[in-house]
Amino acid sequence: MGPNAVVSAQNLGLTFKTNDGDVVALSDVSLTIDKGEFVSFIGPSGCGKTTFLRTIADLEQPTSGTLRINGQTPENARRERAYGYVFQAPALYPWRTIEKNVALPLEIMGYSGSQQAERIKRTMDLVNLSGFEKKYPWQLSGGMQQRASIARALAFDADLLLMDEPFGALDEIVRDHLNSELLKLWAATQKTICFVTHSIPEAVYLSTKIVVMSPRPGRVTDVIESDLPRERPLDIRETPEFLAIAVRVRDGLRAGHSYEEHV
Amino acid sequence: MSQLQYFLSLVTGGVCAAALALSLVTPFETGLLLKTFLALGVLSLIRFILPLGLWIDGILALLGAAAVLISIGVFTPTPPYFWMALVAAWLFGWLFVERLSKTLAPRLSDNGGLGLLIPVVFGLSILVIWEVATRAGNVPQVILPPPSMIWARITASVPTLFADFQQTFLKAVLIGYVLGCGLGFVVAILIDRSPFLKSGLLPLGNFVSALPIVGVAPIMVMWFGFDWPSKAAVVIIMTFFPMLVNTVAGLNASSAIERDLMRTYAAGYWQTLMKLRLPAAGPFIFNALKINSTLALIGAIVAEFFGTPIVGMGFRISTEVGRMNVDMVWAEIAVAAVAGSVFYGVIVLIERAVTFWHPSVRGA
Repeated sequence: MGPNAVVSAQNLGLTFKTNDGDVVALSDVSLTIDKGEFVSFIGPSGCGKTTFLRTIADLEQPTSGTLRINGQTPENARRERAYGYVFQAPALYPWRTIEKNVALPLEIMGYSGSQQAERIKRTMDLVNLSGFEKKYPWQLSGGMQQRASIARALAFDADLLLMDEPFGALDEIVRDHLNSELLKLWAATQKTICFVTHSIPEAVYLSTKIVVMSPRPGRVTDVIESDLPRERPLDIRETPEFLAIAVRVRDGLRAGHSYEEHV
Repeated sequence: MSQLQYFLSLVTGGVCAAALALSLVTPFETGLLLKTFLALGVLSLIRFILPLGLWIDGILALLGAAAVLISIGVFTPTPPYFWMALVAAWLFGWLFVERLSKTLAPRLSDNGGLGLLIPVVFGLSILVIWEVATRAGNVPQVILPPPSMIWARITASVPTLFADFQQTFLKAVLIGYVLGCGLGFVVAILIDRSPFLKSGLLPLGNFVSALPIVGVAPIMVMWFGFDWPSKAAVVIIMTFFPMLVNTVAGLNASSAIERDLMRTYAAGYWQTLMKLRLPAAGPFIFNALKINSTLALIGAIVAEFFGTPIVGMGFRISTEVGRMNVDMVWAEIAVAAVAGSVFYGVIVLIERAVTFWHPSVRGA
């Protein structure tokens, strides 16, 4: 574990007890995520990628192994508001305007009124939602709602951003647009981002590191360091370097499946 | 013209024509107004050649109602064409409302007072038919007094009615309602905090709500005396449980993601309650408030049947019905209906202001 490690997992395991017996969601996951990295978790459903993210966020408790966030237990990291979490659904509160939704974590964490106003303005600019402060969530499109939920996760300036398939429910065009926006945002804020997805192009386009996972039990089958430049226009997706990484991700996913077929 | 409108127009004109034909055998000068209305009604059949504005139907309905009301008592016995004129006037009213609602349908939310016209026309037709049927049909007053007689009784007994209203509504209902709903709300929050209370208090609340009001009311009179506190106690018992159950359900209405979000902020119990769970419970709580607004009035009136000082709406109803003063009973019913509707309406207005974000409100 280096001094720059934001997330450090060793032999992490998580077993859910259900009425139908035990379900192994994570098995023997060891992984280190350094400061400033953009890490994607990719795999078929049931591979534990969301569970791993939720474990980092202290929304699930591991049943074996150790997990440290900034050198602390997940619970202490959560209490110190070490991360912002973006869920699959925007989960904006419909009785609050967009700016009041962004202000929600700030209110809970006890920021003063002037600090709140300043941070709302900055994050709304960052996600290109200026001018929609007074709208209610149900008056905005799905893409705008998800941008607002990203603004809400950024508002209190945690260094770690956990994103659980944030663009999964959006169409391809909106998704491409938000992906390039997200890269700019990452460059501007220097945050560490953990990003769950099941789209290979999305994972390769965004990440500095791609973690390939496979199901039953959920485990890491490959960790791919991407050597693509940090500056990435959308048409980088047609370059041979990009395609080579995509092929390796696809092979990793296929290996996970063949394992399943033989057992 | 829709199929229904076509059919209605045809039947209305036909009824008018038949009634006019029947009326021609009577001397010319009797029921002249009625005959004029019927003649105009027949003329309305011209709409199949020449379109008629919907306001013509409204005016004809009004004219018919006036003609029928004025003509009560002109004939003995009441001839069949009188009743047919009543039917025709009602049909014109129906046609008017049907056409009005079709015109308004695409912009029902922002039409100023026009949307209100539909229920007003509906209510007025019921009153007119009631008035004409009871008076021209010589219905015994004990069975059903005409609205005009009830209205005369209301205007003649304003001080009595207000004293009853004050005793039953302003004291027993309002105080019992506030206490019952408040108690239900507080207990719901306590139950939500403690699984022990959930298994202990919820069945008890269920038990209390199952008690029959006619059994509880006399006991409350024994406990809290003859005056309004015993009635308020009955209202508390009636309103407590709906509020409790709805609030408990409402507190669980927020989604898992919404609650996870609060957890990622390391929000405390009270922060989560105030900023997420109570707002999300709003629609449930207002449902209980609406149900309870009518329950409270029923509870207080029925409770007064079991011992009360010589004032109160329930007291008045039970004594006046014994003295065959049915008009007074109806006057009390009218006051209770108006008070109950206004009470309900006020809560709906507050609900719309508070839970404006809920799909059921913002879609309306």
